[in-house]
Amino acid sequence: MNRAKTLTLTAAAMMLLTAAGSAYAGKTLDAIKERGFIKCGVSDGLPGFSYADEKGNYNGIDVDVCRAVAAAVFGDATKVKFTPLTAKERLTALQSGEIDVLSRNTTWTSSRDSAQGLNFTGVTYYDGQGFLVNKKLGVKSAKQLDGATVCVQAGTTTELNLSDYFRANKLKLTPISYDKSDESAKSLEAGRCDVLTSDQSQLYAQRIKLAKPDDYVVLPEVISKEPLGPVVRHGDDEWFDIVKWALFVMVNAEEAGVTSNNVDAMKKSTNPDIKRLLGVEGDKGKDFGLANDWMAVVIKQVGNYGEVFDRNVGKGSPLKIERGLNALWTQGGLQYAPPVR
Amino acid sequence: MMTTDHAPAKPPFWNNPQVRAVAFQAIALIATVSFGLYLFANTQANLQRLGIASGFDFLSSPAGFDIIQSLIPYSATASYGQVFWVALLNTLLVAALGVILATLLGFVIGVARLSKNWLIARLALIYVETFRNIPLLLQIFFWYFAVLRAMPAPRLSYSLGDVVFLNIRGLYLPAPQVEPGFGWAIAAFGIAVFLTLVLVRWARRRQAATGRQFPVVSAALALLLCLPLLTFWLAGSPLHWQLPELQGFNFRGGWVLIPEMASLLLALTIYTAAFIAEIVRAGIQAVSHGQTEASFSLGMNPGKTLRLIILPQALRVIIPPLTNQYLNLTKNSSLAAAIGYPDLVSSFAGTVLNQTGQAIECIAITMAVYLAISLLISLLMNLYNRRAALVER
Repeated sequence: MNRAKTLTLTAAAMMLLTAAGSAYAGKTLDAIKERGFIKCGVSDGLPGFSYADEKGNYNGIDVDVCRAVAAAVFGDATKVKFTPLTAKERLTALQSGEIDVLSRNTTWTSSRDSAQGLNFTGVTYYDGQGFLVNKKLGVKSAKQLDGATVCVQAGTTTELNLSDYFRANKLKLTPISYDKSDESAKSLEAGRCDVLTSDQSQLYAQRIKLAKPDDYVVLPEVISKEPLGPVVRHGDDEWFDIVKWALFVMVNAEEAGVTSNNVDAMKKSTNPDIKRLLGVEGDKGKDFGLANDWMAVVIKQVGNYGEVFDRNVGKGSPLKIERGLNALWTQGGLQYAPPVR
Repeated sequence: MMTTDHAPAKPPFWNNPQVRAVAFQAIALIATVSFGLYLFANTQANLQRLGIASGFDFLSSPAGFDIIQSLIPYSATASYGQVFWVALLNTLLVAALGVILATLLGFVIGVARLSKNWLIARLALIYVETFRNIPLLLQIFFWYFAVLRAMPAPRLSYSLGDVVFLNIRGLYLPAPQVEPGFGWAIAAFGIAVFLTLVLVRWARRRQAATGRQFPVVSAALALLLCLPLLTFWLAGSPLHWQLPELQGFNFRGGWVLIPEMASLLLALTIYTAAFIAEIVRAGIQAVSHGQTEASFSLGMNPGKTLRLIILPQALRVIIPPLTNQYLNLTKNSSLAAAIGYPDLVSSFAGTVLNQTGQAIECIAITMAVYLAISLLISLLMNLYNRRAALVER
């Protein structure tokens, strides 16, 4: 065996050594309870999804999902430690056990669900890829982008969709892949690239960070399906269930009309669905290995899905994104959660 | 039984120093190997438990993304394996250019440091102290975000005679387009190189035999320039230039030096040149001043003294630390990832790793490649050092 090969093997082995530690530390939930907080991977600065304010407090939809999980496990939504990750770092960080859950506008795909050893727990935001351009260019459609220089985040599904779209429409593409979304935005502003491509929600979020947001416009084309959701590792079904249901509870709460404000009053409701959801009747909460009323705690501390959406990206936020696909199924959208039963 | 009392008792075998030495080495070897095996098996088990794919099959699957700069044909339909070669060549390109430019600049600054001209020596000193004391990443950001971002938009490009264009998208140069018949000019250049070598040998021998000098440099230059040019003209100038043209969003055609590469190359060159300058200065100062005085008293001018007396001796001191700088430059080129230059770390250990999720394989390949490049540079420099080193008789 030559030197390079020996080194390769050693290096390979060293890398998962840290993962080995967490693998034998017992189940994820036990480890988290012992540690006292949840390690949650979020994005490195995307208004509406995860963004640290001047005091260092994180806000956003993705952040609230982690808070909901913390509320479920500890009864305290603040027991989360956030790790900002770039698109390139995120999946490895989860695979290696550096974080317990990844909630970082990550697209649910077949290869991530299988070969990459991950499980998506649901969809926090139904998205699609779009293009952000300077109005000065006078571009009205993505089909006019032949020969354009496009800024894109490295290691994303966006990068792949971009190439597919340009190839399918026989357009010439010059891509620049940056690690951080901030770099892409800066490059668009400086004119290094003509177009910035990303999930549409991100484009709106990026736009409000630009110096002159009104000079830029999102093109009408949506070129892909991007269901964004929280992710956990393979191999721990109990933890998978908890993260999955933390989101479902919020969606069910919105459907049942339970909000963070009226949750205590709702406990007196006679509706059996609401009684089960709030842990007043039955012991559905206990089935998860958590407190029986954990669902009520999640709703009280974090809110229902509609509240979370409005507060972070919807009407109550600077982004003002319409509910669209993310409306409840009862209102023509796609948000639908299995029943608590 | 008297004799046995006095004969020294045979020491137990564990007190034998030779046995001990072998035994300790064996224990160390076994410990290392079993630790390695444990790590390997543990990794395998963990990957399997988490259901993460392993192996190198992914290298043949289609990549699906485009890359801004490629020295070989590449499209999004090519394989991850092809991405590896594109990325490797991009790394080698910036490292090779960086090594050449940093050496040239470093030698100039190093010699300038020792100049008798107060201003030149001070300027060189300021250069060295400034650039080697600012972190490289900051310098890369400076060139990329501060300097090259200040360039105008494509429509407002600075241009040089409508042939060369400079804008925020890069430096656009005309690209030579070879037509049939250009092979003759290349062949003529080959012949010229051969003739030059013969000429140099002949001139050296004649000087050794008779002491008469021959203007080798001017003769060689004339030969190397005129012969290919004459052939080129006779073959009917089989070459035209493809000019960059503004079409739609960008310039098309011609060669382009993208700002990502330009800023990385500038920063690597300027940073490493500061260290090389100090190495060159130290090397020159290591040659005793008596050598210069002896050379002057033999009637040599300062230029010849530097070239024929000082530098050959200084090189013995310069080459080993210079090798270190070349290795540093090559490894530092991986900072490319910070500004989106598609090098090995950015495109392969970054994007490919992320698209496939096969972290261990991608990182292992990347580490092995950097190790191989470094060992190769060391090998070449050691060979050169052997030639330049003092031959003791």
